[in-house]
Parts: sequence; C-alpha cells; structure tokens
Amino acid sequence: MKLKITTALATALLAQGAFAQEQGGRLDVVVQPEPPSLMLGLVQNGPTQMIAGEIYEGLLRYDTDLNPMPGLAESWEISEDGMSYTFTLHEGVLWHDGEPFTSADVKFSADVFLRETHPRLRASLEYVESIETPDDRTVIFNLSEPFGPFISVFEVGTMPMIPAHIYEGTDFANNDANNTPIGTGAFKFESWERGSFIHLVANEDYYIDDLPHLDEIYYRVIPDAASRAVAFETGEVDVLPGGSVENWDVARLSEGDNACVTSEGWEFFAPHAWMWLNNREGPTSDVRFRQAVMYAMDRQFMVDVVWNGFGKVATGPVSSSTNFYTDDVTQYEYDPDRARELLEEMGYDGAPVRLLPLPYGETWQRWAEAVRQNLQEVGINTEIEATDVAGWNEATAQWDYDIAFTYLYQYGDPALGVSRTYTMDQIERGSPWNNVEGYENPELDEKWAAAAGTADTEERQRLYTEIQQELVDDVPVAWLQELDFPTIYNCNVQNLVTTGIGLNDGLRDAWIEE
Amino acid sequence: MKLWKRFARNRAALVGLAVLIAVIVLALAAPLLYPGGPWRMVQRPFLPPMGVDGLYLGTDTLGRDVAAGIVYGARVSLLVGLVSTLVALCIGVPLGAVAGFYGGWTDEGAMRFTEFFQTIPNFALAIVLVAILQPTLGSITLAIAIVSWPPVARLVRAEVMSLRKREFVDAAHLAGLSRPRILISQVLPNAVSPIIVMASLMVATAILLESSLAFLGLGDPNAMSWGYMIGAARTVIRSAWWLSFFPGIAIIITVLALNLIGEGLNDALNPNLERAGKP
Repeated sequence: MKLKITTALATALLAQGAFAQEQGGRLDVVVQPEPPSLMLGLVQNGPTQMIAGEIYEGLLRYDTDLNPMPGLAESWEISEDGMSYTFTLHEGVLWHDGEPFTSADVKFSADVFLRETHPRLRASLEYVESIETPDDRTVIFNLSEPFGPFISVFEVGTMPMIPAHIYEGTDFANNDANNTPIGTGAFKFESWERGSFIHLVANEDYYIDDLPHLDEIYYRVIPDAASRAVAFETGEVDVLPGGSVENWDVARLSEGDNACVTSEGWEFFAPHAWMWLNNREGPTSDVRFRQAVMYAMDRQFMVDVVWNGFGKVATGPVSSSTNFYTDDVTQYEYDPDRARELLEEMGYDGAPVRLLPLPYGETWQRWAEAVRQNLQEVGINTEIEATDVAGWNEATAQWDYDIAFTYLYQYGDPALGVSRTYTMDQIERGSPWNNVEGYENPELDEKWAAAAGTADTEERQRLYTEIQQELVDDVPVAWLQELDFPTIYNCNVQNLVTTGIGLNDGLRDAWIEE
Repeated sequence: MKLWKRFARNRAALVGLAVLIAVIVLALAAPLLYPGGPWRMVQRPFLPPMGVDGLYLGTDTLGRDVAAGIVYGARVSLLVGLVSTLVALCIGVPLGAVAGFYGGWTDEGAMRFTEFFQTIPNFALAIVLVAILQPTLGSITLAIAIVSWPPVARLVRAEVMSLRKREFVDAAHLAGLSRPRILISQVLPNAVSPIIVMASLMVATAILLESSLAFLGLGDPNAMSWGYMIGAARTVIRSAWWLSFFPGIAIIITVLALNLIGEGLNDALNPNLERAGKP
C-alpha cells in the first residue's frame, strides 16, 4: 500500500515536470445545469461539486486508480489495527479571507457541520468515535470499529473543509456567507451572473508555489445542448464536461480540429448501469429467467451503437475502476440460444414483461428499444412502458415494475456504493436507490458486513471476490455497462484531468499551451 | 355509377385515391414484406439509402431498416386516423343532430358543451390527455377523437337545422312518424354528403396529430410510427438526413392524398356546387 502511494506520486510529479508549464490564461468551461448553490457543505449535486471542488478542498485527493494523494493533508498514517487515522496538515494554508486553516477547522467540518448536512458522509461518520486535534497541524480520527473504506471518504465532495470561523455557532443553511463561498482551494469565488456565468480567479496565496497556473475560470451556463456544442466548435468554450452534449455529438465534436477527448476523471464515481429485475414476483423471480436475460442481450452492441463506443460492458456488480473489482466471474456473452434453453427449462409461458426505461433522453430510450428487441428475439414478451422522471421514481421505489433501467455511483469502494444494492437491510419501500430488486441472501450479507468491518486489504479483496462471484451467478439485477461521460476539451489545455474526480478538483494543475 | 363518374372527373382526386390505395396495400402487406418487424436491428447503424442491397432507405441510429419502419408506420397512421375519426363521428353526429333537430334548451346545452371543447387548443388538449392516460395506441386514438368531434357536431347541427324545415319533414310528420324516427330516417340521410367529405379530411388531420404527438415523444413506445421516426431522427439530422426525410415524405403524400380525395368527394356529392373556373 505504502509503496503504491509513492509510485503514484512519483508518476504524477514526473508527468508535471515533463512539460514547461506556462502561467496565465483564462479557461471557459460549460456547466450544465446551473448549480443551485456553491456551498459544497450544503449542496452536493453534480454542477455544484464541479465548481465548488476548485474553491473548497478535502484532506485527500485520489488519482485515477483511486490511490490517495496529498490534499490539505500532506501525509497520513493508519494504525495497524485500522482504528485510528492520523493526518498532518500542510503548513501555511490560508482561507480565502486570510484566516489560517487549522486542525480545528477539520474537527468542526467533520464533527459538527457535515454530520448535520451531509447524509452520505454521515453514514461513514457513524464509525468515528472521536476526532482529536493535539496541535494545529495534526488531526486524529478514532474509529469505534474498523471500517475498510474509511480512507476513501476524504475527497472534496464527500468531506469538504468548511471554515469554522465563519460558520461556528450560526444557522448553516441561512448563513449569508453561503453566497460568497470561502475555501482553501486554488481558485477564489469572484462573481456569479445568474443564468450566464460563474467567475473564479486564481488564489495568489495558495500554499503550493506556482499553482494554480490559470488566472481565471469562467463556468458558462448554456441551457441548450446543441448551443453548447456550437460554443465549443466556435472556440467560445474550452471544455465540455461529461454529459454536457449528446452522445452522437461527442463523436462528431471529437473529430474537430484541436479537439481532445478523455474518459478519465470519473473513476471515483464509476457510474454503473443495470436493469432492476423484480426478484419478488413474475418470471423475473426465477434465476433461470434472469440468466436468460443476461445471455439474450448483445451488450457490446449497446456500448458500440447506443453509446457510440463510450463505456464498457459490465462484468458484475462492481465497476472495474472501483477498488476490489474482480473479473474472475461467470461471463455472460451474447448467446441467444443459451437464453432460449434456459427459458425452455423454466417453462416460461410467454407472460408479458414490462420494461421501464430511464427517462433521461434519447440515448436511454434507444437503449430500452435495443434491449426489448434482444429480449423479444429469444421469446420474452417485452413491452416498453412510457414514463417520466416522477413516474420512474414512483414505479421503482414502490417496486411496481418487472424490469427497469437505472444507474448509480460507486464512490470508490464496494462498501460505500455497491453493497447498498444487494444487502437485506437495504430493502425498504420508498427509495429508488437501495435494494430495489428485493434480493435476499443472508449468507452474502454476512460477507458484506465482514468486508466492510476490516481494514485488511487482502482479506477484503478475498471476501469481495467471493461476493462478486456468487452475485454474478444469481443475477439479482442485469448489469449493462460501466458508463462513460467523456470530457471534450481544446487540446491546448494541458493536465486537465489528473484525478479520479476529474474536473471537480483538477483545474489547479491545468495550464494552457499558447 | 354516376357518383364515381363525377368523382373521376377530378383527376387529382383519382391520383389521391391511387396513392391511398397503395399506402393501404403496403400497410396490409407489412408482415409479409418485413416478417421480422420494424424494430429489428438488421445492419450497421447509419447506412445511407441504397448503400446496401435490400436496404433501399438506409438504416437508423440502431441499424433498423428505415423502409420497414415506413411500412409499419403506415399501419399505425392509418389505424389511428380511421378509428379516431369514427369515434369522433360517433360523438359529433348524434350530438349535433339532436341539437339541431330539437332546438331550444337542448340546442343551447349541447352547443355550450361543444364550445367548451372548442375554446381549448386542439393540440394542447391532446397532449394533456395522452400524458394523463399514458401513451398507448388506444389512448392516443381516444385523445385525437376527443379533440376533433366539435366541428362535426357544429356541421351536423347546421345541416339538420336547414333540413328540418323542409316539406318532406312536414310530410313525414303528417304521416305519423315519431320525431326520433324522422331525424334518423329522413333528416340524417340527407346530411350525409358533407359529413363524408369532412370525415375524409379529418382522417388526414388525425394522422398529422398522431405524428406530432409521437414526434414529441408521446407516441406508443411499442408502435413504430412516422412521427416517432422523425422525432428520434431530429437529433441526428445533420449527419443522417434520410432518417427524417422518408417518414416526412410518407406523411406528406398520405395527407395530401386524403385531401385530394376529400375534394373529389365534395365535387361528386355536391354536383350543384360547380366550382368556379370549371366548365
């Protein structure tokens, strides 16, 4: 583990040293949709994370292999038993208003502010018994029991550092300072013209010399996808973050002069798409039917055609960019004959099966049509249901579906973003994000718990491998693909994506080649 | 035969009829021409027309045969057009007839009710209805019928009002026929011609309405229709023109054919109304 960290660091440093970086310049980035707020401690939706991640910082950053890198903490140590995490903070870090950043801010952020406002982090903080601050530059998290994924919760969107001197003792949600966010990041908030742009400028007092390279960033609000594509073509914007233009436009735009494309920068989120299969009733409750669905689908075709080649066929519940992934599982190749055999064996009687697409636009609709065609060809009587976002939420949350599309983030670790889909304590009507399919396997539940409750990486890998192998045979849901949200950018922009959350915290290292 | 002769005098109407018959034949023959159905992914996506043998109109975003889509789309368009018109007639004709024949409060009530529907823009009401009912062929047909019956009611009412004062109605009355009987057996048959002409135009309008709904994503997701094809192709119009072009042509010629037929029927059924400029 230690060795891995240092090599990653060395490569990062080498990569930077290989170029003569140029200082200065302005970067125009599309933001879609306009964020409701930039106060990252209160709001964590996508656009907010992308912009506020440059203003605020976390204790750690993660490279594209999800190895921790120094952030506000210049070094860290995990005790042998995995019960205590000690961080040493960078020296001379200042908030944007000039106040010094200290360990007291860390304790306030984790123990007070985020415990109240950040549900996803709160679940992990349950394991934290106490936070000690022996001096201004040292913070110790003491856990009540070992929690394997704990090292993955210090990313800026998960645990942003909040200034105690501004928020302590105030009503967090209604503090006036929420409109003028104060962080420690490489860029400072300058102005926000609603409906038009958000302007950040370089933080001249940043604690790493020469960073940031850019003078200023404009996040441009352009509501229409076609106009965003045109803005990039005319050079009005330099960066189109993942998801800001339609898929087929990605292919077209990336062929343009001086246009670069990268799929990196999403490893931490690892958006994973699958279809819920209702394990409770109907033909989908039979494991042979579920396997038949897997064999019936030409998933490579879906990646190549529906998604224009962006993405990767999923082998199971864990994304290949998430920690503890294994490909040593049963592979479901496209095999319609095998699917027909399985259906024959279970005695499927042609009962109609409803297919609920995710109402996120054209690509998802085409995807559902391709799946329906594949299923119909092996004899599954499939009909697409028309739906909207509210209807989709309702149907999945209330378990009123046969097959339904979805995708979720994995947050770097199976215990943070995967287990919630498969364990029995996550079966609760009313949420479309938990164990919606109704899969029950008490034996695996124990393994999930054991794997989360140890800091021993090898033991965790062994358990997660077993879990993945068994799940893939049971097919509780039909995994489709690891989604790609490619970033398109002007090739003159260097070092744009260097971390596992990409644009969310990477612009401090970016520079523009003239 | 006289009727056919008068119809055939209008050359344009004959052309329209020929086109419509061709469309109907294609629609009926769809399962024979393309037994795999319109959704089958047969080749690489985005193949241009005539690019590959047997794929005369090219393939769409998923590699489905555009020609198969057009042929199956004809089934949906014709079916929705005909059925929704029939339903609209079933609502509009009785209501208009009763209103026009009985007059008084019945007329007042029926016409206020009709106006209530007429004040809401057709298309907006159709969208709302389909959105509430969930888009299926049934709900789309019903929604189109509900927005298109008011003109029928008004037309029938006007016809009946002018007919009920005629002498043959008085004669029937004196012969001892009951009022409902007079309405059904004497008055309505004489009002049929304008209804037929109107119905042929309503089918055309219904096809356009269905296409517009499908274009907006409010079509039946399990039925291939022309509007759906154009809607799905809209986003790739810069790189694949044929995906929206051919279904667009299909809609235009079908609607045009129906309009020409309507005109021909008008000429045939109202011989006394010689159109200006004709000998």
